[in-house]
Amino acid sequence: MLELIVKRLALGAVTVWLVSVVIFAGIEALPGDACTAYLERDAQGKLLENCRQSLGLDRPAVTRYLDWAGSALRGDFGVSVDGETRITAEVALRVKNSILLAAGALAVGVPLAIFLGVFAGLYRDRPADIVVSTLAILAMTIPEFVAATVLVLVFAIWLGWLPAVVLTPADAPALDFFPEFVPAAIVLTMVMVAHIMRMVRSSVIEVMASDFVQMAHLKGVPYWRIVFRHALPSALLPAINVVALTVAWLLGGVVVVEVVFNYPGLGRMMIDAISDRNLPVIQAITLLVAVTYVGVNLAADILSILLNPRLRTRLGRGA
Amino acid sequence: MGLDPVIELTELSIGFTGRDGQDVPVLRDVSLAVRPGESLGIVGESGSGKSTVALAAMGFLKHGLRRLTGQVRFDGRDMFALSRQDREAIRGGQLGLIPQNSGQALTPTMRIGAQLCEALRLHCNLAQSQCLPRAEALLAQVRLPDPGAIMQRYPHQLSGGQQQRVAIAMALAGEPRALLLDEPTTGLDVTTQAHILALLRDLAVERNMAMVFVSHDLGVIAHSCQRVAVMYAGEVVLDGPAQEVLKRPAHPYPRALLSAIPRLCDARLPRALDGRPPAPGQGGAGCAFADRCAMVQTGCRQVHPDLTRAPGGQTVRCLRADEVVALTPHAADRPALRHGPSGDVALHLRDVAICYHRPGLAARLLGRDTPPPATVDGISLEVRAGQTLGLVGESGSGKSTILKAVAGLMPPLAGEISARGAVLPTQVRRRRPDTLRKIQMIFQNPDESLNPRQTIEQILAQPLRLYFGLEGVQLRERAAELLETVRLGAHMLDRLPGQLSGGEKQRVAVARAFAAEPDIVLCDEVTSALDVSVQAAVLDLLDDLKRSKHTTYVFVSHDLAVVRALADQVAVLYQGRLCEAGPVEQVYSGPSHPYTALLLNAVLEPVTGHAPHLEAEDVVELSPPASGCPFQRRCPRKLGRICDTESPPEQMGADGHSIRCHIPRAEL
Repeated sequence: MLELIVKRLALGAVTVWLVSVVIFAGIEALPGDACTAYLERDAQGKLLENCRQSLGLDRPAVTRYLDWAGSALRGDFGVSVDGETRITAEVALRVKNSILLAAGALAVGVPLAIFLGVFAGLYRDRPADIVVSTLAILAMTIPEFVAATVLVLVFAIWLGWLPAVVLTPADAPALDFFPEFVPAAIVLTMVMVAHIMRMVRSSVIEVMASDFVQMAHLKGVPYWRIVFRHALPSALLPAINVVALTVAWLLGGVVVVEVVFNYPGLGRMMIDAISDRNLPVIQAITLLVAVTYVGVNLAADILSILLNPRLRTRLGRGA
Repeated sequence: MGLDPVIELTELSIGFTGRDGQDVPVLRDVSLAVRPGESLGIVGESGSGKSTVALAAMGFLKHGLRRLTGQVRFDGRDMFALSRQDREAIRGGQLGLIPQNSGQALTPTMRIGAQLCEALRLHCNLAQSQCLPRAEALLAQVRLPDPGAIMQRYPHQLSGGQQQRVAIAMALAGEPRALLLDEPTTGLDVTTQAHILALLRDLAVERNMAMVFVSHDLGVIAHSCQRVAVMYAGEVVLDGPAQEVLKRPAHPYPRALLSAIPRLCDARLPRALDGRPPAPGQGGAGCAFADRCAMVQTGCRQVHPDLTRAPGGQTVRCLRADEVVALTPHAADRPALRHGPSGDVALHLRDVAICYHRPGLAARLLGRDTPPPATVDGISLEVRAGQTLGLVGESGSGKSTILKAVAGLMPPLAGEISARGAVLPTQVRRRRPDTLRKIQMIFQNPDESLNPRQTIEQILAQPLRLYFGLEGVQLRERAAELLETVRLGAHMLDRLPGQLSGGEKQRVAVARAFAAEPDIVLCDEVTSALDVSVQAAVLDLLDDLKRSKHTTYVFVSHDLAVVRALADQVAVLYQGRLCEAGPVEQVYSGPSHPYTALLLNAVLEPVTGHAPHLEAEDVVELSPPASGCPFQRRCPRKLGRICDTESPPEQMGADGHSIRCHIPRAEL
């Protein structure tokens, strides 16, 4: 068990390392560097050379990679192209905002999705299931920006309850984003509830048709006890990985929604960095997103192992 | 018996609504009754509706099924008219079910103790504190060693036999008056099966329970039931005392079933029952069995036979019942055994050892790796061309592992495998195409070994294209020819495996193996997923092919009677080590290794009054002992220390019959 976790951790570290190399190599391969981006039209001759010297860009790529990776390990992503802003501080703010948005969406979305999925699975092919499942497909197919625009139309323009976009600055305390971030959270919830719900539904259907549930019926176990005690522990296991992917997707910055609502999260920072050719920031965010994906999936794997007696107890009979 | 029936089904019909809105019956007019202390067996092929009867007796119908007419009464109460609460109180309480596959019927996320306690609390009004000791007592009652430890385990940590015992304990929790057993021992080893049935019989006597055994295995029924009901296409076609039904059945269907069963005492191939039962709703106006019946007359296809009385207290649905009863016993009309001529050595295994254990990365880096005893060790066997070598043993005896090694799928740790004198490379990817062609394998489950998305033609085309470079018309013609050799029509070429019955699928798998024109065919439990009637047909086919193509078989099976019917040479394995090997007559007639004797005695024959001898516990061993005889821990005739420390000597008898045991050959 412990050995397995250590193995997965090591594998995760290797993945992150590979990603860091790919990011660095990709940025290297692009024409231009931080200095040409910063100096723009003046990027030539002495000025360019001086700039490169001061940023250490004249050193060999391997040295610069080691330097960058080393600092990143310590949590320091260096300075932005403007030469002043510490990237780590700026990114931390945005991460906080993204977590706020994600937490809002997850806190409502995951329980709702599981409830709807179980409900639809138990009442399979009956009107209630058909309504819920159809709505889920609808929510999945409507593009986020359409849903976002409709919400703006309803809440900001018709009802006038909320501002159409988030105006709170990025460094404001978390509470200040309330209730402005609600429409953004609703859009995210819609998309993710649909995914998780469909997964849970099919899993519940499968488990409810399994031999051990049939056996529980024939043992005289009351219906709801079968659902909660016998079926759900098995049925919800596959949901863990879907939830994990959703969490990673939310934390990695939901670009479209953040842009539409002008929400100062990681996704918008990424878009801004790309349009500014702010290479150090792009590097930092990409690496951070990779770490998030690896970390969340690792957590999900470990959680699945802990919750599944078959995997947890590897003793007993071998195959 | 003047007692009122505990379970009573009266003219029960169950069905579903078909595509055209018509009711399609799955069960038709089934009437059965079981009294306290009585045991009834329900037999039939798969799809005959026997499991539906058992579930209906509990008032349970699978998704989509409906009760059309008739009643199910438990203790005089109509199970389908009761409220949900009342039904739940009866189920698992007074009426227990023991499922076919306990491994899947126990909730995987709950500990055994918790599941037992749940059943106890639901039906006995016990307080939490009383539950645990009661649950332990139940586990002890089903003869599970160390109940305290079992309570803490999850279902997957138990062996198949242990899981089945837990399921029995759970059914006993509610002090049942009747037990329904749905194929209670299918999938278990012969020794385990015999133990479980003995346990069930003792419990039934002790508690005066009524029991309903549902099984396709007439051996199990013969051994455990006083009365037998035979089902065909959703109908009871014969109902009567077990002795009469098994000896002088008044219906041609059970007669055909009986002659399809291979017997230990009979070295001949069983007689196959051709065709398949009609699908629900497809039977014509007449007798459902008419199309497969050897005694069919024109009248049979016009009149649906009613249940009538027949000799020996049987009730039967057959117009010619009196003639059927008068027929000679079934064993006489079997084809005689024909041994293949023996040629050169086709396959030779010399001191083969195989080990599944692979040291992990960490263990290899740290250099601390102590390999356990090899899974399979010291296997030396040879098969002559045109002969069949049977490998028998319980699950975990390494029979399939040896096949994998021969096929090159599992490289041996030591030893050498050679075909026709040429040493085979251990790994399949190192073998030349021609070598690969000569060794083909047929797997246990055709559902898994045939690609469900390929048509039969595509499946058969693969070896033809690969080994013979056939294309186009030639390819299709050859594929059609192959189907003819396995007695399937060319019209099957465009079908998908899902559209075929189990027996037909296995024939396609046989055809695929023979498409390569192999020298050696490895058969891994090829008939154990099939009904007896179909099994007989596949065995017959394999025997025919062996004769006409002069093929060599290595035939793995846990069923000793099947091996008896097909094999020329037999090797008995325990824990991956040879116990006994030799010509089939010698091995089956004795003297035998204690393990062979144990296996032979545990086989259930479809004859009443035959009781298996149970000499040793059906303990599951996880790994072979490090030294001495592999069978030391279970042997009923263990001599002493010598069995633990020294490998038993190979004692040779006539015709190369060898037994590895410390007991002198004369005393075995």
